[in-house]
Amino acid sequence: MDAKDILGLPKNSLSIPPEKKSRPQKDSQRKPDGISREVYALTGGVPPPLMPSLDVNQLKKRQKSENEKITWEWLSFTSSARKDDLKLYHWVRVVNGTPPTGDYSFAKYNKSVDVIKYTDEEYEKHLTDPEWTKEETEELFELCERFDLRFVVIADRFSTSRSVEELKNRYYSVSRTILIARAPSLADVSNHPLVKDPYNISQEVDRKRSLSMVLSQTKHQERKDAEVLSEAKKIMEARMAAAKAAQAAELAVTSNASPERMEKAAAAETASPSNIQATSGVAPLMSIAENAAAAAASLRKLKVYLRTYALDQMVQAASSSAGLRTIKRVEQFLQELKVNLKPKVPTKAVCAEHLELRKEILTLLNLQKLLQNKEEGSSYREGSYTETPDTPKDRAFVPDSVSFGAISTERVGKRDQKRKGPGREAPSSPAQSNKRPRKLKATDS
Amino acid sequence: MVRSSEDNEKKNLVNKLKDVEISAPIVYGNIAFWLGKKASEYQSHKWTVYVRGATNEDLSVVVKRVVFQLHSSFNNPTRVVESPPFELSESGWGEFEIAITLHFHSDVSERPLHLYHHLKLYPEDDSGSMSVKKSVVVESYDEVVFSEPSEGLFARVQGHPAVIVPRLPAGFSLPPVSAEDADKRKRMDPKDNPLTQWFTIFSEADELLKLAAARQQVQAQIARVRRQLTLIDGQHQQQLKPPSEL
Repeated sequence: MDAKDILGLPKNSLSIPPEKKSRPQKDSQRKPDGISREVYALTGGVPPPLMPSLDVNQLKKRQKSENEKITWEWLSFTSSARKDDLKLYHWVRVVNGTPPTGDYSFAKYNKSVDVIKYTDEEYEKHLTDPEWTKEETEELFELCERFDLRFVVIADRFSTSRSVEELKNRYYSVSRTILIARAPSLADVSNHPLVKDPYNISQEVDRKRSLSMVLSQTKHQERKDAEVLSEAKKIMEARMAAAKAAQAAELAVTSNASPERMEKAAAAETASPSNIQATSGVAPLMSIAENAAAAAASLRKLKVYLRTYALDQMVQAASSSAGLRTIKRVEQFLQELKVNLKPKVPTKAVCAEHLELRKEILTLLNLQKLLQNKEEGSSYREGSYTETPDTPKDRAFVPDSVSFGAISTERVGKRDQKRKGPGREAPSSPAQSNKRPRKLKATDS
Repeated sequence: MVRSSEDNEKKNLVNKLKDVEISAPIVYGNIAFWLGKKASEYQSHKWTVYVRGATNEDLSVVVKRVVFQLHSSFNNPTRVVESPPFELSESGWGEFEIAITLHFHSDVSERPLHLYHHLKLYPEDDSGSMSVKKSVVVESYDEVVFSEPSEGLFARVQGHPAVIVPRLPAGFSLPPVSAEDADKRKRMDPKDNPLTQWFTIFSEADELLKLAAARQQVQAQIARVRRQLTLIDGQHQQQLKPPSEL
């Protein structure tokens, strides 16, 4: 009662809802109803909708009514699909005597193509072709008739070796020419598919070639293609963002900001052709700028949004080039610096500082990696070949750069395993002889 | 084309201020009390979920209404609060996620904004020392950013304590605030809300300090690594010259 007094609430306004919580629901769920509980659990408390496929009651009852006498007889038949008068035999269902069923029931499927037949005159007049002799053309048409325009078979049987596309081309152009020649006027035939869409042999050849290329692409190529496409997409988006920025540049107030943005966009555009061809180190920098511009543009489009959401977008844009591991490292760094991963009081100033801090940490990590690569390069070159390879337990250790003061650099991981051959400088600081390398701690300084 | 001065003003009010943003700092969360002797199995706590201005100012200058979506086991789980204080009180026993939707006035935004808050009833330290006097309070700070507001909106909220409005660069003239708007602001003073005593005060100073210190550290390390890099590069240069002497 005192709580209600504190809150100053009227005493009758308590609603009864909590009783309706999950307990009564569970009871109704326990009733099977012909379906096991597990099925209910799977389908979310509702019985799955079922349609009976067979009426179970009808299965055993089927007894034929005794009005007609049914017998089965072994009788001969002919088919209109055959040119000879071959009589074959099969079982026939006879109802009270032989019903004259008519034609063989499968004869209607005997379809064939109407292959055009040209006369010699027509050949002389319209159809002569430098690449095709008359005999070849005749053979082609014969085969087309015989095999119902199945060009793959026809190509196989053709006496001279011609490709499928060449055969098709010859057949369709001949048919088209004859059609047009025989037609009383061009208008009559102009709707015929042969006339409307003539066979385009070069297009067909290209199409089949590119199809086979796509089919035979290796996974490696697929990945590369996907990468290139996504880069192109990013560049397009950045261009759109830059175009929007260009529009915004019309106001006098933004005259300072826009030249920078235009520069970035212009730089991004000039970088784009080289990006697609070569993956340079410059590309990640360019794309981060593009991402940031794109993120800012999308936020502006939203018009109303939460500051935490905006920070998330900008953080994502800034770390777009970084892998998951790097992002985790940044977060670890933040934690070591005693900074909240998500600011507790996200004001404009705090968010800006947070974003800058993250970017600086990313820069630091990249620089450290660069430093380590260079160090490894130099130690490799100096070649302390007398050192024995490390024991398996120390496999993941990292060379200490003695000359630069004892800092332990980051773990290289897989690269160590590959470079087992050439020796390494032995770890110089026994105090740090952990089996696992220490990542650079924020407290190191 | 001749336009009357009135039309001109109306058009100006709709104009968007490019690269200007105004923001409203808000705090949303819940406060819960254990009912003690009066607690039953299904109603063990009394709680209030709310959205307020960060400095307890009146949010109705930008917020038209707030919709709280409760757990489906509540009667009418969609609760709409049309006027400040934007809070909702209930009693229950369970913790769940509440979807809070802020609907703004038409000159602010057509689209609503969604927040999510996990209702907390039970204190962190499970030592069982539940007291009727102690409250459990969980609040989150955030800021609603209105990007490129219209001039009319800008003029309307200018000077209101709930909204952070930047100073416009010189050359911008805005229609003056009418007298009635100023009066409306004084009407609803949420400072006499009984819950105020439990509210957290969010200050950015602490976080800013920490961030600045962290940035300094990182910058120092960056400088150091850069020095080392140039050192190595210098070394490599030397090594490249006499390769045969190895």
